[in-house]
Amino acid sequence: MDSDLAIAVPRGTIFGETLDLLDRLGIDTSEVRSNERKLLFPKAGIVTMRPSDVPTYVEHGSADIGITGKDVLLEQSQRDVYELLDLGYGHCRMVVAARESGDPIGDALRRLGRVRIATKYPRVAAAHFAETGRQAEIVEVKGSVELAPLTGLVDGIVDLTATGRTLAENRLRVVEEIGVCTARLIANPVAHKLKADQIDRIVERIRAG
Amino acid sequence: MTHPIPPGTRDVLPDEMRELRAITERMRARFEDAGYGEIHTPALEYEEVLRRGEERAAGARYRTFDEQGNVLALRSDMTIPIARVVATRYADVEPPLRFCYFARAWRAVDRGVGEPREFLQGGVELIGIPPPEAEAEVLALTIAALEEAGLRRHRVGIGDGSLYRRLLGALGVPAEAHPALLECLSRRDLVELDRRVAGLRLADRERELLVRLPELRGGRRVLEGADGLVGDAVHGLRALHELLEECGVGDRVIFDLGLVRQLGYYTGAVFEVYDPAVGFALGGGGRYDELLGRFGRQLPACGVALDVQRVHLAQAAEEALGG
Repeated sequence: MDSDLAIAVPRGTIFGETLDLLDRLGIDTSEVRSNERKLLFPKAGIVTMRPSDVPTYVEHGSADIGITGKDVLLEQSQRDVYELLDLGYGHCRMVVAARESGDPIGDALRRLGRVRIATKYPRVAAAHFAETGRQAEIVEVKGSVELAPLTGLVDGIVDLTATGRTLAENRLRVVEEIGVCTARLIANPVAHKLKADQIDRIVERIRAG
Repeated sequence: MTHPIPPGTRDVLPDEMRELRAITERMRARFEDAGYGEIHTPALEYEEVLRRGEERAAGARYRTFDEQGNVLALRSDMTIPIARVVATRYADVEPPLRFCYFARAWRAVDRGVGEPREFLQGGVELIGIPPPEAEAEVLALTIAALEEAGLRRHRVGIGDGSLYRRLLGALGVPAEAHPALLECLSRRDLVELDRRVAGLRLADRERELLVRLPELRGGRRVLEGADGLVGDAVHGLRALHELLEECGVGDRVIFDLGLVRQLGYYTGAVFEVYDPAVGFALGGGGRYDELLGRFGRQLPACGVALDVQRVHLAQAAEEALGG
């Protein structure tokens, strides 16, 4: 495909489906598929990175467009990027979960007036509890969130779940659903104007399926 | 030991200062040549007076008190202070009036990292001339001044700040649904816009129009394709394009029917200035026909403000590309 667009592609759970999508658009991803350590693929116009870095590169204009999960966009809602399309894949739910037995979140709120929540999504979690009128103390963790309620660090967690298997394996259950997250196509605001034709061509081809 | 300065503010040392000065001098000379006299106003104003211009005082966030307990605010742009000057110091002077400025303004850092709290704005205001003549003059001058500053590939996005709101009204979308839709449009969250429009009781064609409008951007063909409700609205933009063609800058503008600006005082055309070397707008502006009336002198007006530091970034990037 004749495109001089720089595309930010997320390594992670939606990496494979994103490359499949780019293949369907006529972008040659074979080099990306065969190079796990390389990050920059100028020939295909692809830069690969962590999903949570995609909005950063796109906002700055280092990439013209990018693909990332809605969970990342919700957490980084201050980023000045345009959200062009819901790509449909990478379907996950953002949920509140707690230990299977009893009602640790309800108990904490009733007896202590606040609930402690561990998450990798502190803004999303804080906004959810504020909107539902509950005081929450947010504990940000970087690794496995499931560990936090099991060790007594917190009463519950806010996390992303696709199948619910990891939660179940750790004897946690979903108590509330915050929202559904799928992969999104985002664009830099300036590129959206200055490279309108190339971006529109991609949007139309994705829409056409 | 560190001696911090607030995030979003910065010290400027001689090398950078020299380059910034060179840019502002060249732009100022271009503005002056075109008859735009330079003006300066106090950094601190009575908050109450700024509020007369706009409810939120154009987002002024830093306030203090004087000896009498009056609330003073650091200006957040130059457009409101210049409107005040026109209504007071130029109360009896025949329009049109032309002013330029290079001045610091202050805004809160809402979005976090990298956003300036204090910034140097360079811009022009043209008062007393109706559309589309004033827009054409201001935009042609802006493009020329940036050329002078060393940019080569800069473009101006032009939209109509009230187009979408008028369209919602004309289609009979209930007023309580407007704010959320306009919010989606201003963030260009087209996925959420699509979802919300799908929930409106409208014909398929009308829904299509509301969803597709933000995607209409490009050269003159954008205006040619528009008909019906949108066609009437873009009538003014067509006339503007003809004037810009006459000024020789017709190919430097991009019509963008989804463009909206955050500031509340715009009443007609709105602008944003871009350079492909940087990923954010260098500045913007638009028509504000009601602002002067709020200070007691009903005159049409329009203007553009550029963030000089961002112009410098673009100029440096263009230089690095061999431009």
